Amino acid sequence: MTYLDTLLFVALPYVAIVVFLVGTIGRYTTAGFSITSLSAQFLEGRSGFWGTVPFHIGILILFLGHLFIFLFPDLALLWNSNPVRLIIHEGIAFTFGLVVLVAIVGLLIRRWTHPRLRMVTSPMDIAIELMLLFQVVLGCWVALGYRWGSSWFAADLSPYLWSILSLSPETDAIAAMPWVIKLHVVGAFIIVLIFPFTRLVHFLVAPLHYLWRPYQVVMWYWDRKKIRRADTAWQSTRPHNN
Amino acid sequence: MDVRSQISMVFHLDKCIGCHTCSIACKNIWSDRKGAEYMWWNNVETKPGTGYPGKWEDQLIYKGGWEKQGDDIGLKGAGKRKGLTNIFHNPNLPVIDDYYEPFTYKYLDLIESPAGDDQPTARPVSLITGEPMDIKMGPSWDDDLSGSPDYARNDPNLASLSPEEQAAMFQLERMAFFYLPRICNHCLNPACVASCPSGAIYKRGEDGVVLINQDVCRGWRMCVTACPYKKTYYNWQTGKSEKCILCYPRIEAGYAPACMHSCVGRIRYLGVVLYDADKLHDVACAEEDQLVDSQLDMLLDPTDPEVIAAAKANGMADSTIKAAQGSPVYRFVKEFGMALPLHPEFRTLPMLFYVPPLLPVMASLGKKQNEDQELNTIAKRWDDQWLYDTSTEDLWGTIDESRFPLEYLASLFSAGDTEKVKIRVKKLMAVRIYRRHKTVGDISKERAEEALAEVGLTAPLADDIYYLTSLAKFDDRFVIPPAHREEAIEMLENTGDRKGNLGFGFKEGTARRGL
Repeated sequence: MTYLDTLLFVALPYVAIVVFLVGTIGRYTTAGFSITSLSAQFLEGRSGFWGTVPFHIGILILFLGHLFIFLFPDLALLWNSNPVRLIIHEGIAFTFGLVVLVAIVGLLIRRWTHPRLRMVTSPMDIAIELMLLFQVVLGCWVALGYRWGSSWFAADLSPYLWSILSLSPETDAIAAMPWVIKLHVVGAFIIVLIFPFTRLVHFLVAPLHYLWRPYQVVMWYWDRKKIRRADTAWQSTRPHNN
Repeated sequence: MDVRSQISMVFHLDKCIGCHTCSIACKNIWSDRKGAEYMWWNNVETKPGTGYPGKWEDQLIYKGGWEKQGDDIGLKGAGKRKGLTNIFHNPNLPVIDDYYEPFTYKYLDLIESPAGDDQPTARPVSLITGEPMDIKMGPSWDDDLSGSPDYARNDPNLASLSPEEQAAMFQLERMAFFYLPRICNHCLNPACVASCPSGAIYKRGEDGVVLINQDVCRGWRMCVTACPYKKTYYNWQTGKSEKCILCYPRIEAGYAPACMHSCVGRIRYLGVVLYDADKLHDVACAEEDQLVDSQLDMLLDPTDPEVIAAAKANGMADSTIKAAQGSPVYRFVKEFGMALPLHPEFRTLPMLFYVPPLLPVMASLGKKQNEDQELNTIAKRWDDQWLYDTSTEDLWGTIDESRFPLEYLASLFSAGDTEKVKIRVKKLMAVRIYRRHKTVGDISKERAEEALAEVGLTAPLADDIYYLTSLAKFDDRFVIPPAHREEAIEMLENTGDRKGNLGFGFKEGTARRGL
């Protein structure tokens, strides 16, 4: 294990995780206003459909796929034990990789060429978009060149990632990987690292709670029934109405 | 009975002169910012016209508001299923060009251009890109353009009129228009609140003002689709939605909202109405021909002892109940029965009511049939051929044969029911007849009282209507209950904790200073 491996596969992930946690929590609590999808559809109109929808759906599926194999490597291996199921699994993943690749290139082009969008594009937007493009290109490359990723990821890299999380990093498996895969992993850590400072944070506030919320929201600033009672005036615990 | 209070408004359209002072007052205070340049939380439209954003009333385009779904109602273009599936790209979102691309002029070029043979010009530039642009659309672009092919004739409300009626409406000699000032309606069943995936939009329990929490809004932009009045706006710079806040900081301090305060024609009234929140769902789901009546039925009489008792049981402050009893809105809407909500068929139960305009309806214009035809004595003579008749000789003739189809007003204010508009226009007319009897004296007392009786008014009520319409002072037009923030603060922190800690000479609590 070289110093470089230690730097990239032990130091970097821990730095990334700490920065991610501190950064996102800090941003959420102190600068909640800045957390938004920053949708440009209002300036762009219908044409963005063919970029944003495939990009979002594709990257969600790829992310959830990676997450699933990381969390349940045994299930992934079990599924892959049948060659037909393995091919289906890899085929779907690769297809969505290509979808995201095409969509992200389209989104980058539109960001550069659409005069209105250029006005609402920050350097960080370009940085994270290039980073994602880099990741998707490497991901497709890995999928084509180092088959079958869904199996060896479950067998070798998932334990490595778990070793990071359990604070006893074991880098033998990752150190033995080809450099393309290493780059893909480093790219992932860098995305986690810069995540709190990009527009990607809107992913963390996906409004799933909308599903079980009643449609109408009424907020009372204070409970007037309580306010009218003299005996609550000096209590140490107070009702929270907002 | 779940009695709640709502800050509600009446706009008296007969008094609106279309000066846009309200829009400017609002813009100067709230939306003169980057990303908000195109927003007009308060705007004034010429009707007939397409409005702002273009054709906003056409829900086949914008998919706003609620629609009946079986016995229940659902959002037309948003909601849990549609909202979350369209979250990456909302097909029903208006784009900025539906409003207009904000612009300014390069005024500095007028001063800094080098000397030359030509006059320097100030070219228009986009406020989004800064690039020179051709202005195709702007605020109040269709101002006063009744009859114009691009604007007036594309008014979605004309759909209820036959082609002949439309053609007649836009004959040059009969042409009429009126102004429709619009702000957020602060609805009882707000579609924007229901559509917000983040839950950032809420209705304040105390006064019913609908607000967007800017820290919680994530720019999913469903509210822009859902509001059928297009009164939530997407700020393209901050990536958040914004809307009229009814100047709540002013209201809490007892001031009228800026648009209302500045209104030159004094058309705006603001006050509290009490309503029964238990009926909300049933009213929103009512059949279309019952919508207006059931919405008005939901408003409660603030002098009814039962209502007062229920309001107090709900913890409503005495000052709020008192404000409701003096509310000009309650008088116009319920006692006088003169005001109607805008587009009740959207089922959001808007709490901004309009007194429909009489003037474009009343005057009739006919061609002289023959040389001997006599004008009646109080009619106005325009020129040799045309008679501009504001006669009140046959009491309601001019309303029944109005030059401005009542169907058009009905499409705006009563979901197509012309009778509801007609009775209100007749009331306006009856008060005029009554006042003419009082001031000019050429109409007999009997005829004046006959006119009042026919629309269910009495002389004292007509006096009240006249007073509130024409003479009302600031405090009559705006009856704002105290916000009782002092009690709110008591709820948030224990004043006893602070006693002796803060005060003269200290800038922070003594405990922190270690004394």
